[in-house]
Amino acid sequence: MDDLLKEFVTETKESLDVVDVELVRFEQEPNNAKILDHIFRLVHTIKGTCGFLNLPRLEVLAHAAETVMGKFRSGAPASAEAVTLILATIDRIKVIVSALEREQREPDGADADLIAELDALLGGIDRKPDVSQPVVGTLAPQVLERPLRPGEVSLDELERAFRETPVEPQATKAHSFPAQDEDLAKAASQSIRVPVDTLEQLMTMVSELVLTRNQLLDIVRRQDESEFKTPLQRLSNVTAQLQEGVMKTRMQPIGNAWQKLPRVVRDLGNELGKQIDLEMHGAETELDRQVLDLVKDPLTHMVRNSADHGLETPAERRALGKPERGRIRLSAYQEGGQIVIEIADDGRGLSTERIKAKAVSQGLATVAEIEKLSETQIQKFIFAPGFSTAAQITNISGRGVGMDVVRNNIDQIGGTIDVRSVPGLGVSFIIKIPLTLAIIAALIVEAGGERFAIPQLSVTELVRLRKGGDHRIEHIKDTAMLRLRDRLLPISRLTGLLGLEAAPKAADEGFVVVVEFGSQSFGVVVDSVLQTEEIVVKPMSSKLRNIAMFSGNTILGDGAVIMIIDPNGIAQVLGGTVATQLAAAEAAALAQVERMTVKDAATSLLVFRAGSPQQKAVPLALITRLEEIDARTIELSNGRHMVQYRGHLMPLISLDDHVNVKGEGAQPLLVFSDGRRSVALVVDEIVDIVDQHLEIQVAGFSPGVLGSAIINGQATEIIDVGHFVPLVFADWFRGKDQRGPIDRPSVLLIDDSPFFRNMLTPVLQAAGYDVTAVAGAREGLALLAGGEKFDVVVTDIDMPEMDGFALAEHLRADVRTASLPVVALSSVVTVDTIERGRRVGFHDYVAKFDRPGLIAALKEQVDMSVAA
Amino acid sequence: MTSERTEQTMDEYVTATVAGQRFGLPILRVQDVFVPERLTQVPLAAVEVAGLLNLRGRIVTLIDVRRRLRLGADGAGEPAMAIGVESHGESYGLLVDSVGEVVALDAKCREANPINLDPWIAEVSSGIHRLQDQLLVLIDVDRILGIAKKAVAA
Repeated sequence: MDDLLKEFVTETKESLDVVDVELVRFEQEPNNAKILDHIFRLVHTIKGTCGFLNLPRLEVLAHAAETVMGKFRSGAPASAEAVTLILATIDRIKVIVSALEREQREPDGADADLIAELDALLGGIDRKPDVSQPVVGTLAPQVLERPLRPGEVSLDELERAFRETPVEPQATKAHSFPAQDEDLAKAASQSIRVPVDTLEQLMTMVSELVLTRNQLLDIVRRQDESEFKTPLQRLSNVTAQLQEGVMKTRMQPIGNAWQKLPRVVRDLGNELGKQIDLEMHGAETELDRQVLDLVKDPLTHMVRNSADHGLETPAERRALGKPERGRIRLSAYQEGGQIVIEIADDGRGLSTERIKAKAVSQGLATVAEIEKLSETQIQKFIFAPGFSTAAQITNISGRGVGMDVVRNNIDQIGGTIDVRSVPGLGVSFIIKIPLTLAIIAALIVEAGGERFAIPQLSVTELVRLRKGGDHRIEHIKDTAMLRLRDRLLPISRLTGLLGLEAAPKAADEGFVVVVEFGSQSFGVVVDSVLQTEEIVVKPMSSKLRNIAMFSGNTILGDGAVIMIIDPNGIAQVLGGTVATQLAAAEAAALAQVERMTVKDAATSLLVFRAGSPQQKAVPLALITRLEEIDARTIELSNGRHMVQYRGHLMPLISLDDHVNVKGEGAQPLLVFSDGRRSVALVVDEIVDIVDQHLEIQVAGFSPGVLGSAIINGQATEIIDVGHFVPLVFADWFRGKDQRGPIDRPSVLLIDDSPFFRNMLTPVLQAAGYDVTAVAGAREGLALLAGGEKFDVVVTDIDMPEMDGFALAEHLRADVRTASLPVVALSSVVTVDTIERGRRVGFHDYVAKFDRPGLIAALKEQVDMSVAA
Repeated sequence: MTSERTEQTMDEYVTATVAGQRFGLPILRVQDVFVPERLTQVPLAAVEVAGLLNLRGRIVTLIDVRRRLRLGADGAGEPAMAIGVESHGESYGLLVDSVGEVVALDAKCREANPINLDPWIAEVSSGIHRLQDQLLVLIDVDRILGIAKKAVAA
């Protein structure tokens, strides 16, 4: 094909995709001149190029569409019919362009029908009095009359004049505008098109280079002195950079695959008579382009499904007391070494009864078998080949070539798909795609004589097990746990998980690799930890992909092939073996909560003495560590007591002037840490740790004291850590967080317990948020209804009157607050509550005392809504 | 050449022996023959998967033909050979006891699977060739690699 033509086709296709999206946006915000300008410019470019390449059919169509849009620009209202018509025109252009691509010439045919409709529309617009016609418009309407179609050269000229004239005066309103345009122009000239094959090949070569480098490093590592060391180091650095660069060229935001969806949803909505809002979150999440290509179609298919089967008609929704507008929510994020894509709707949910009936009628299972299956297992039947429960086959979906195809596509790239459905509340599909073909940092471990790679991304820490050491494994029946600081960590031997023979070592030796997957942590016990290495992830052979434990394999520097452990798979298996136990524990926890008529569950408190004989206490979960240091190591710097701690200077704080930092002997400290920095509270003596329901009986009189409570039969001051932490944190955050006071994100904190309100408010303030705290969901809603704006809501779940779930439902139902992120706080975090929370629309779920978790969750939510 | 009847097509096969039985693989599907070294076991894999190895930068999945066809206990001591094949862009090695010569066989001497053929062999065989001294089982490469389905079902 002619190079020029080829380029034109690629470019036009891209432009048309953008036009699709922009037009739908324009319909929703008809007053947004920027969007319109953008569309106009794109269509104009297409038209201009057509003239140049002698493509009369395209030219006429583009011209007609452009003229109508020109009218919108000069203030004519954009009606739904007009947009539909323009979309139809764009579709026709697409058809012609794809024919052009195949046959290298415009297909025969006439577009008189569309042109006539566009012209009729134009006539209609023209007849309406056009008040906002700009001054320059006096020239334009004359030129834009119908008879002028053949004389397009002069029109072009005028069009350009038309286009440029208003831009000039606009430029005065913001001087950043021309600069932006310049940037755009620069960017355009500085990017080139490269065939995907070239990139693929480059990637393969880089992978080989990485392997070879690893090999060289391995050889040099075994020699004490080598003149190769320095040049190899340089080679290594260059390779790393090269690899990063090439990887970057392959990554594309997932938003590219979503580009067509607004248009699809809009058209479907019109066709089905449904009002559908499509929400997209995390469009910037990057994915390997190869993977992206493969998920594009399944995603479109699933969105169609949601719109067609999932969502009810407005009338049905009204009857059910749901908002008339249905919602489809797409979100993408990275979790460990995976990209998670969720497609959720708030429709009717899957009908288990119908799936059962269909499964039986298709012979996928017998009635007896099906009765034994759980809800979740039954729902999985929708992925069976040829399965569709749509009572009526519509032209959108329901022909039974649906979810099985989707699953196949996802299987192909080594991903998984899962469905969750709650009757009446909607369905959500969760697709997890591994970052295949990527190069990742991995921890190489040994277990049972074999080596394995664990993605470093999911490893949070390593714990050494030694006989008589601090950490030991304890057993409850057959399952092992590790007491790690203030938590019990479920652990399992890698050899056991993989069915390998355990090395004949003592059972209590080795390393625990603490792995975090999603919200859960667990430990994997290995015999030894060898090194970290950059590995090239190669997909598992299709014959081995069924093994959930591995996400891929790789070639090490010494040439050996090893498996890459998939934390997801381990979590599943661990969950399977301990499922019953876990369920029992959850039930017990829930029962306990129910028994307690008071809202707060028991709180672990650390009781200590500092400065006075009176007992003091602080919630244990806020404390990162208890330390005892040699008092002689305490240094005085800049008027402050400091101690060198884990390579950093840690400031010491005292509750009041009466607490003396000891001169010698052991000094007990309570260490608080936000992950990066630590601060320690100086105490005289640590008395006890008690678990009890915390009821503050007398409110505090002095700053830093929340109030008094009875602990172990003694009046005890409950210390407000939040008061002390900002004293030191304040200046840290000033450096760390450059936000001025104006754009500090605002948080609405809802908790019925004054203790938590008092504790969290200063903590959040210190983290850079404006905090408004209220005691109940009703008050919170009243504030929002009163027009107060917040960036994010943090709410307790267990509250009298209206609980957190109900609050979230209320927020979702109201258009004004529907997109407001909600982070839930709960003392009981179970799979069930998380699931329920996700259903009603909690964006995140944080355990009550998990301060770093809360701050991280807030940051994520705020960043996301800023980016959106 | 022109006098030759067109029906007489000669197919070339790479022959291999497993547990005393000779097999033939269509030569067009065979990439290379190699001695497997530094095999990595894959825990939890199907029994037929002998392991993975690095062959010039490619990861090759080794399928143990003896186990695949249930031909009895593993041979002792015999240095095994592997026949490299490709399927759907993935590299495989078929682990055999030894690799023999390449034979050109007349399609006329080829017969369909006898009905009493061992089901494990029948599953992967595309026919039997009557050689002078022995019977040669023709192996369908895609079918002998078709173990994923069973493994997933298990």
